[in-house]
Amino acid sequence: MPGNEVNSTLSKSTGLPRKRFYRARAHSNPLSDSHFPVPISPSHVDYSLHYPEYFPPSDQANNPKKIQFADIGCGFGGLLISLSTLFPETLMIGMELRDKVTEYVKERVLALRAANPGQYHNVSVVRTNSMKYIPNYFEKAQLTKMFFLFPDPHFKEKNHRRRVISPHLLDEYAYALEVGGIIYTITDVEELGDWMKSCLENHPMFEALTEEELEGDPCVKLLGTATEEGQKVARNGGQTYRAVYRRTALSDQTPQT
Amino acid sequence: MEEGEANKESEVAPALIAVHPSQKSVAVAVGPTLRVFDLHAGSAASLIDDSSVPFHRDSIRAIRFGSKGRLLVSAGDDKTVRIWSTENWRCICTVSSEKRVSAVAISNDGSYVCFADKFGVVWVVDLAGCDGDQPLVDKKATPLLSHYCSIITNLEFSPDGRFIISADRDFKIRVTIFPNKPLSGAHEIQSFCLGHTEFVSCIAFIHDQDCPQGLLISGGGDSTVRLWDPSSGELLDTCEVAVKAGVAESNDDAKEHAYAVTDLCSIMDGSLVAVALQSLHGIILLKCNLSARTLLVAKVISIAGEAFVPTCLGTSSCTGILWMVTGVSSLPGSVARVRAISGFDVEQDPAVVEDDKIPGGEKLLETLQGSTSVDENAFMAAAEAVKTAMCNLLIKKQYSTENRETRKRTRNDRKLKTQQS
Ligand SMILES: C[S@@+](CC[C@H](N)C(=O)[O-])C[C@H]1O[C@@H](n2cnc3c(N)ncnc32)[C@H](O)[C@@H]1O
Repeated sequence: MPGNEVNSTLSKSTGLPRKRFYRARAHSNPLSDSHFPVPISPSHVDYSLHYPEYFPPSDQANNPKKIQFADIGCGFGGLLISLSTLFPETLMIGMELRDKVTEYVKERVLALRAANPGQYHNVSVVRTNSMKYIPNYFEKAQLTKMFFLFPDPHFKEKNHRRRVISPHLLDEYAYALEVGGIIYTITDVEELGDWMKSCLENHPMFEALTEEELEGDPCVKLLGTATEEGQKVARNGGQTYRAVYRRTALSDQTPQT
Repeated sequence: MEEGEANKESEVAPALIAVHPSQKSVAVAVGPTLRVFDLHAGSAASLIDDSSVPFHRDSIRAIRFGSKGRLLVSAGDDKTVRIWSTENWRCICTVSSEKRVSAVAISNDGSYVCFADKFGVVWVVDLAGCDGDQPLVDKKATPLLSHYCSIITNLEFSPDGRFIISADRDFKIRVTIFPNKPLSGAHEIQSFCLGHTEFVSCIAFIHDQDCPQGLLISGGGDSTVRLWDPSSGELLDTCEVAVKAGVAESNDDAKEHAYAVTDLCSIMDGSLVAVALQSLHGIILLKCNLSARTLLVAKVISIAGEAFVPTCLGTSSCTGILWMVTGVSSLPGSVARVRAISGFDVEQDPAVVEDDKIPGGEKLLETLQGSTSVDENAFMAAAEAVKTAMCNLLIKKQYSTENRETRKRTRNDRKLKTQQS
């Protein structure tokens, strides 16, 4: 706020508050205006807030560790909790749009940390719109895994652009994933399953994992069982459709002259 | 402010100017009107479009010459992109867009036109088969890339043609590799340039012999001009122009008074950058040091004797003249005011060119302005209108739930839908 001296906001001639110090902001920063803050860039993500065990606030030494797994639309966080102990040295984050749900995951992680000393310090959650702000959280090729478990189906054709897997959004996911990084998707909605598969299949920077690779990947087993949504579907005996793809290097890289 | 009012104001479009790369002609757009002055012929160019009169039925939002000078592109709120031959001023190709168009760019070799729509999708048109002798062709655009639900404010090709850069109102600048086969999409993102804390309004490249790939500069609603390495997305320097030029006291002050950067223009390939700022009667000249990778305010050039806040800047790479326009679509007769600054190329101080010394003289002014003498009060109102419009458009509003519901109910596309079903 302007003016450390009390009088500076008062006009010398009239003694009245000077308008320019009181007028309403012409506009405010939508970043802070949105109901959630958004980091200006990945280097602005406060790791000490998310992973205090790895980034103690007092420790000035730069820990080069970065988030490597992202669970997009993580819901109540079941997958992250399983991954946390399966990959105890990997930093992972859930991205969730709903406020209350995000708060729940936060509490859940804190409770788990308290109850299990030394564990669950590698997992955290942020409230954000993953469709807009992935580049604000992750640098190029930072992630090794991205998870999209039981995303909202958005059935109507004109709402397909709201789907979290789409041809254009895959460009951004390909940017955030390292070459060799893996994208995991699963749904109980057949039409969405087909859609996600065809988006990935038609994208020049993704290739499907082979059956053997799927067999050998411990994450694949978790897709239908670890999350709350997955468990619900399983209880009801519903069928699931998964697509698991690897980020590849683009062969056609020669620039236009 | 009432919603309806805000909506109407965001429809206000600033006047635009574009200069042919070898300054053979200068184009000005105000509202739906496109005017071109042919400096070689010394007269107004008469645009010909057999398919459509008037050419644009709503405000033009972007005009641009190709780097080879053979093409001029105009596009905007009427959801059309018109491609003109600068040889005979015929419209050689019209492309329809599903949404309003907010930005255009032409690839360096002149074979592709790219445009951005208001939903954040960038489209590409292959110009093969479009040339001056052919009858008008209708071309289809294919999607190239997308910023999820954000208005794209500017599109730019890098000088070496490797990248296409898109800037948006969500503070983002995306650098994408422009592929060999753009019709199958541009999937490989080279970098994001993140650092602006408000909308990004303009981007430009600066390059020289030692740095042919160039560096990127951007200006935005946060009253800063920033220098980037587009390959890595690294922020190299930030210049708080409004503060450094003494226009505002502090950067908070600058933001509060909306000294947003409206336009940027690199002069003589970039050691100098002209910056237009909302509320500033003139321009700020920045010096860019490509090897030290810094931006410094060189000077403020004021326009004396009249109220002139430029809404758009233009220059050609070969001349040392900076062209400026001010105006707004809502002015009667689509009048605009055009001015120029010269003298960047020599050891002298750049100076505002008097009307009778401007290339093309009175005739040019009459053509591009729509009138020889224009009431300057109108332009002050115009500057304010543009300021409001820009903020309304680019700064996201917070709607109360109630408002949002009303908006939903009154949205035209929905109304149509319900009528149809
Ligand atoms: C059907 S739930 C599935 C949750 C969880 N993955 C599971 O399997 O239990 C989809 C979740 O995605 C979240 N979501 C939807 N769109 C989102 C977005 N753009 N960004 C972040 N989260 C989103 C929703 O809030 C919801 O919690």
